[in-house]
Amino acid sequence: MTTTLSAILILGAIGFALAAILFLVSKRFAVYEDPRIDQVEQSLPGANCGGCGFPGCRNFAEACVKGDLSTLRCPVGGNDTMKTVATILGREAVESAPKVAVLLCNGACDKRPKTNQYNGATSCSIEALTYAGDTACQYGCLGQGECADACTFDALHMDPLTGLPVVDEAVCTACGACVKACPRGLFELRLKGDEAKRVYVACKNKDKGAVARKACNVACIACSKCQQACQFDAITITDNLAYINDEACTVCGTCVSVCPTGSILSTFTIESAQA
Amino acid sequence: MKTSALRMKTFKIGGIHPPDYKLTAQHPIHTTRLPETAVVLLNQHLGALAQPLVGKGDQVKVGQLIAKANGFISANIHAPVSGKVVKVEPVADVTGYAQPAIHIAVEGDEWLESIDRSDDLITTCDLEPKAIVDRIFEAGIVGLGGACFPTHVKLSPPPGKQASCIIVNAVECEPYLTTDHRLLLEKGEEIVVGLCLAMKATNAPTGYIGIEANKKDAILYLQSISKKYPGIQVVPLQMKYPQGGEKQLIDAITGCRVPSGKLPIDVGAIVLNASTTFAIYEAVQKKKPLIERVLTVTGEALTQPGNYRVRIGSPMSMLAEEAGGVPENTAKLVAGGPMMGKALSSLNSPVTKGSGGLLMLASENAVRKPSRQCIRCGKCITACPMGLEPHLFMTLAEFEAWDQLEKAHIMDCIECGCCTFSCPSNRPLLDYLRIGKTTVGRLRKTRQQA
Repeated sequence: MTTTLSAILILGAIGFALAAILFLVSKRFAVYEDPRIDQVEQSLPGANCGGCGFPGCRNFAEACVKGDLSTLRCPVGGNDTMKTVATILGREAVESAPKVAVLLCNGACDKRPKTNQYNGATSCSIEALTYAGDTACQYGCLGQGECADACTFDALHMDPLTGLPVVDEAVCTACGACVKACPRGLFELRLKGDEAKRVYVACKNKDKGAVARKACNVACIACSKCQQACQFDAITITDNLAYINDEACTVCGTCVSVCPTGSILSTFTIESAQA
Repeated sequence: MKTSALRMKTFKIGGIHPPDYKLTAQHPIHTTRLPETAVVLLNQHLGALAQPLVGKGDQVKVGQLIAKANGFISANIHAPVSGKVVKVEPVADVTGYAQPAIHIAVEGDEWLESIDRSDDLITTCDLEPKAIVDRIFEAGIVGLGGACFPTHVKLSPPPGKQASCIIVNAVECEPYLTTDHRLLLEKGEEIVVGLCLAMKATNAPTGYIGIEANKKDAILYLQSISKKYPGIQVVPLQMKYPQGGEKQLIDAITGCRVPSGKLPIDVGAIVLNASTTFAIYEAVQKKKPLIERVLTVTGEALTQPGNYRVRIGSPMSMLAEEAGGVPENTAKLVAGGPMMGKALSSLNSPVTKGSGGLLMLASENAVRKPSRQCIRCGKCITACPMGLEPHLFMTLAEFEAWDQLEKAHIMDCIECGCCTFSCPSNRPLLDYLRIGKTTVGRLRKTRQQA
């Protein structure tokens, strides 16, 4: 009987002493964490994609609580999420237009003749390191699908017919993972536009016109016709390559109809050619 | 001296024995015709791009300086042909990427008067060590083994470091290639004089010439010549790839291993390729800049394979024509040898200082077999001459674990390809090693700048 009692007493005393130590330590070394961080984190999509520039949603939430909301943006959640975050923090939300990833290459198999055959490891960056690619265009898509692998939202798929990746606009969150993944820098985050109307130069070839055209039927040859046709000064030509500024573009579609090679693409049907 | 296999030296770690396919070993060096247009790239060396000194419409003579070295690690470039500069415009190099180049339309073959074009052997040299290095710099000599490291940099060790030996790399362990072998046989004494000049320039007391056992005629010939020159020793080596690697050759000849991250000069050695040594001889004794080189044009189905002396800037297609045209069943053209060479994306790319050969592989040899899972056999580790773990590197590179790759010493990889060659699962190990090395190198650079 005494053995049982002493055991209970000793163990009970040890347990009480340890509990007291734990209690004191937790009071003495308590770290205050802003409860709003948890609230903000819960309102975020939780994809941990890194599109905001932080390693994960938690880090972004911390930055939101500490920093200036105008420089921070969750591309996945968009304006709605930023508004919720602003309400939690009691601050003003900054609206910005939604963006989408756009592939700046249209060199499908039938438009860009193959001059070589790559036989190495299935990776765009390794192919780009080895040589200029299967075609005579050293700027175009290599077609190994590194961007599709990098997309955490399943918004990018390789089209077996064209050999090019296709962006699923409905799913794309403009996190920018594909922009980072492409060794050729072929993705750009462009404004989604009203009713998803966009016009862009789907080419990155900086070679002179004749060289570019020889390598690819739909290459930009920097003829500057689009630049002359544009009434809104939205088109610039640098290094033998036209570029449409999406902020200035009014999606009138004039450039699309004057482009002799068809390197300017639009996401909608242009009703009148000379609008 | 008898050269029995037992007494021959080799490096200690790893290595493989690919079949050597030296089809052109008995073909004397043949000088090709001049090209119609020479396209001289401005990045024929490691380091900064050379600065062009000529423009459109300028007349140039053979040997005239047309682009000057831009900084210490850079090299001069000279006109390989005489004629008129047509344009200075980018052109696709062997990899297909456009590189700036000077295009010269060939008119006649007019050389600068200062160049001694005779074949007479000049063995004496009264120049000071500094003057020898200066002449090598003027002549734009770079390592002709393929890496194209400027030779004057190699011969000017940093203060406090002294070379105890100069090693001539006449190993040519790369299958198919025979340019160094032919040069040893035809210009053996010039190479030995070139070695003496390099020894004088660096004040090194000894010179070694490392030759693999498959070139017995060259070993015997050079042994007979080198008796006349004190301090020079011909070292026959066992056949093993990659014995021509700088660090492997130092290990084989001197028994010293270059520590990780260090340079050969840290163990007192400077390694020069046989062709480079010949170029040093020509630059110092004949005032001839580096404007031509010997290439092996080879392949099983080729009608006239051989060793061709060709002006730098000639198109590869001209070499292919000289050798009887590209055979029908050719599936891959390689600039250089099969182990270290680069697949050509087009025959229009020009010959550069670093081109060692043009290899035409038939379709059955050109295509890679499908890659399978790693079976952890460890063959790549056994084969690696740097004592690394290629299978681990590949996994880490696939998962983009760049920091771990750096810790595992990926920067020590010499990209010899022994791992890929030995892999029974045909895994593209070297491809991933290269991307790992490039990325880690880039990260290191940004860290240094920060």
